[in-house]
Amino acid sequence: MRFSGWRVLREGLTGNKGWKPHWRDPEPKSEYDVVIIGGGGHGLATAYYLAQEHGITNVAVLEKGYLGGGNVGRNTTIVRANYYLPGNSEFYSHSLKLWETMEQDLNYNAMMSQRGIINLFHNDGQRDSAVRRGNSIVNQGDDAEILSRERVRELAPFLNFENNRFPIMGGLMQRRAGTARHDAVAWGYARGADMRGVDLIQNCEVTGIDVENGKVVGVQTARGPIRAKKVALAAAGRSGQVAAMAGLTLPIESHVLQAFVSEGLKPIVDHVITFAEGHLYISQSDKGGMVFGSYLDFYSSYAARGNLPMVEHTMESFVAMVPALSKARLLRSWGGIMDMTPDGSPIIDHSPIDGLYLNCGWCYGGFKATPGSGSVYAHLIATDRPHGAATKFKLDRFRSGVGLMDEEGTGAQHNLH
Amino acid sequence: MRITCPLCGERDRREFYYKGAALVRPAEGADLDAWHEYVNLRENPAGPLDELWYHEMGCNAWLKVTRDTATHEILAVQLASEAGLGGEK
Repeated sequence: MRFSGWRVLREGLTGNKGWKPHWRDPEPKSEYDVVIIGGGGHGLATAYYLAQEHGITNVAVLEKGYLGGGNVGRNTTIVRANYYLPGNSEFYSHSLKLWETMEQDLNYNAMMSQRGIINLFHNDGQRDSAVRRGNSIVNQGDDAEILSRERVRELAPFLNFENNRFPIMGGLMQRRAGTARHDAVAWGYARGADMRGVDLIQNCEVTGIDVENGKVVGVQTARGPIRAKKVALAAAGRSGQVAAMAGLTLPIESHVLQAFVSEGLKPIVDHVITFAEGHLYISQSDKGGMVFGSYLDFYSSYAARGNLPMVEHTMESFVAMVPALSKARLLRSWGGIMDMTPDGSPIIDHSPIDGLYLNCGWCYGGFKATPGSGSVYAHLIATDRPHGAATKFKLDRFRSGVGLMDEEGTGAQHNLH
Repeated sequence: MRITCPLCGERDRREFYYKGAALVRPAEGADLDAWHEYVNLRENPAGPLDELWYHEMGCNAWLKVTRDTATHEILAVQLASEAGLGGEK
């Protein structure tokens, strides 16, 4: 079933009776070439690229709940490639290029909106840092520009330019950044993978990983054992527990990151804007809601909800940045389970077990990484060599201390990210 | 989330700084693997976890807090100095 404007028109005139489910609901087979654990954005994208780029279609994606029910549907939908350090820089650049063609590749409307991101700065040190990061982004081949205070005021006149403690001196802008409809990204990759022969198996929790003589041979699931030549983790915040089934301990703590959305308002915020005080970031959804968030709660959590101090901090930052919206009412808040590594950068690598692959440690960056992660992880699984855009996401960097990517410069230890 | 400090009583979470899992520090001459385990690797359970919290805005005591990471329930609190964490392994 192809989607097109013509199809929408035809269905509209014939009572919308022709739409079909976007993917099958198959029974698990007894054996696959590749089993992917986790039917979120990364797992589904990996399955799609395995089939599309590498011709590997005897693949199952095992999901304990429903497709896209985890972090891919619990984020603030921001897409960008404005990273500074080698390793992250080329990877997110690769990912943003895939975002730009994703909807055509998948024939699926992900509502990709390149509305641009503006990172505000409030003092000389932050400006120097923004200029340096901008140069790094430009050297990578992506776009970045420094905006003056006056230019920021033209683009976002509703910001608080009278804040004496955090005066707006300007901003670092990336025009190709933006937002996308997060659920549709998962659905688009799910449909694309299914159309190419991948089995998407929901309500199928993995309960064990079978390892014989140092090699993975399959998984135990709630729907019976499944043999597999290769097993690939894509379990985000639950990565530690899945890896433990294979006897592995990962350099990961799971933390809660909260997000918020206000009632629907008329269009006012045209870009994604970040406030360098308090890490606040906001954008306005197509329904009109202000979508925003700030820091982690900064303690280990699987609760998928946070505590009030961070709610208060985030609201304070929001009102300090946009006093005009101080009377907007909060509609919803929620928490996602973040797989935090000591240096704040991800792991895409072989595990010490033959045939078992790791894709975890996405910290705050998981959503914008979705296509890039799927693409490079599929490459690793198919060829057993890292993709050129993901050569530095090594597991052993934590043990050796070589190649740590501490993007925030806070120090590579757990309680600082 | 409120934590009952053994010295100060029940206090708001904001008075405390979070260090992470309460682990026994390796001996000075321990090998790389022991330090890697201590610095980086985490059991990361979804359930009860022994953690170190610092009562930064209270009595400045380090506390060993047993907390359920799935529910945020505080199950036990004791002074870290009495928890036997100072030893080397």
